[in-house]
Amino acid sequence: MEEAPISRGFRSRRQEQTPNDRVPPGQYVTTDFPVLSAGPTPRIAPEDWTFGLELAGSALGKWNWAEFEALPQTTIKTDIHCVTKWSKLDTTWRGVTFDDLLKAVGRSEPPAPFVMAHCEGGYTTNIPVADLVDGKGMIATRYEGLPILPAHGGPARLLVPHLYFWKSGKWVRRLRFMKKDERGFWESLGYHNYGDPRKEQRYDGD
Amino acid sequence: MTTVPVRRLEWQLIDVRKIVVETPRVKSLLLHVPSWRGHLPGQHVDIRLTAEGGYQAQRSYSIASPPEDKLLSLTVELVDNGEVSHYLTVDLRAGDQFELRGPIGGYFVWNPAIGYPLCLIAGGSGIVPLMAMLRHRDKRMGRVPASLLYSSRSLEDVIYREELDAMAHRDPDLRVINTLTRKQPPNWSGHRRRIDKALLAETCFPAKQKPRIFVCGSTSFVEDVSRLLVDLGYDSLSVKTERFGPSGG
Repeated sequence: MEEAPISRGFRSRRQEQTPNDRVPPGQYVTTDFPVLSAGPTPRIAPEDWTFGLELAGSALGKWNWAEFEALPQTTIKTDIHCVTKWSKLDTTWRGVTFDDLLKAVGRSEPPAPFVMAHCEGGYTTNIPVADLVDGKGMIATRYEGLPILPAHGGPARLLVPHLYFWKSGKWVRRLRFMKKDERGFWESLGYHNYGDPRKEQRYDGD
Repeated sequence: MTTVPVRRLEWQLIDVRKIVVETPRVKSLLLHVPSWRGHLPGQHVDIRLTAEGGYQAQRSYSIASPPEDKLLSLTVELVDNGEVSHYLTVDLRAGDQFELRGPIGGYFVWNPAIGYPLCLIAGGSGIVPLMAMLRHRDKRMGRVPASLLYSSRSLEDVIYREELDAMAHRDPDLRVINTLTRKQPPNWSGHRRRIDKALLAETCFPAKQKPRIFVCGSTSFVEDVSRLLVDLGYDSLSVKTERFGPSGG
C-alpha cells in the first residue's frame, strides 16, 4: 500500500483503547447505536408479522409470530460494523439461526446458493448462502434481551454480523432463494455487492 | 444482465482552498478535487485523515455545493469529542491537504427532471445535503416549487442564513420557513417550537401534489418528522431520510 499523506496537525483524540485486530480498517468504536435507513421507520405489530422462506415463487415455510417464537432460539454475542464507519462491540442478539430455519422446513441442504432478503417497505439485500449457514446468520428478534425497537429493525431483522451492517436488513419479512446472485437495494446504488468489513469492501470496486 | 465495468472510488489528495465560518460551530470547506466525476445533490464523500505514526480516521460528510460549482464544498459541524470534526473546524487551514473519495450514495438524491414539488425538512446541520439541492435548483431554469422547513436552536445556529434569505427573496416559488427551538431574538415573529404535525401540515405541499420529501437531521429528529409525515398521509416511499448519528464525529 502507498504511504498515506500526513494530515498536518491531525492526531488521535480517542480515549478508548481497542485492540487493532478487533476493529476493521476505517472503523471507529461507538457505544451509541446509530440508526440508518432510507425512509420512515415502519411500525409492524408482532400479531401482523409473518416471516417466510421462498424458492422459485413458492413458499418453503411461513411462520406467524407465535410459531416463529416456538422455533429453537439462539443467543449470540458479536461485534457489528456499519459502512458509515461506526463499529459496536459485544452486542447480544437472540433469534432463529438460518440453519434452524432450514431444518424447520425439512431441508438438510440449502436449495440455492444465494438469498435475497425482502424487508418491509421494499428494502432488499443479497447474501450468499455460504454467509448464512453454520451459525453465521440469523433472524433476530431480541437485542440485549429486549424486543428490537422499530428504528433498529424490530420486530425482526436479519443479522449477518461478519458483513457490513446494511446486509443485516431491518424489518425482514422473507428470504428468497436465488440460483443466481442479484443485487439488492444499496448494492444497486454503488455499495459493494459482498461487503466484507475486513477487506473494507464499502463501495463498488473496493 | 449487462456488465458495467466498475470504477473504484479512489482516494485522492485534495487542496483546501477556502474556509468559510458559517456559525460558531460550523464551517464550510471549499475544496479543489483534482479528478471529480461529478455528483448529484444529496450525495456525500468519505474523507480520511492520517496522523504522524500512521493513525487514520475516516468519516462521511455531505456535499453542500451543487454539481455546477468548480470547488466542492463540505459543511462540517464541530461535534463534542469529535476528533475529525475538531480537526476540520479548528485546526485545518487553507492550503492544507487531505484525502477524499466520492461521490457516494444514490438514494438520498434529488433529480429535478422528475418534477413534483420539492419538500425539504432539516434539523441543524441536516441542512447540508438539502442545501446542495436548493443551490442546484437555484441554478436551473423552470424550477419546481420548493419549500424548506428548517429547525435550529437559535438564529445564530442557522447555517447559510443570508444565502437562504436571498434565495427565497428572489424566487417566488421557494418558501423558507425557520423555526428556532431554544432561543429567539426579541423581535422574532417566526416559529419557535419543535417541528410538529401542525407545522408540517402548514408548510409542506399537500400529499395529493406528490411532493418529493427529503428529511435530514439527527436520528431522533428524522424519526419524529418521518413518522409525522406518514401519519399525515404522505406515501412512505416519497419520504427519503438521512441521519446524522449522535456518535458522528
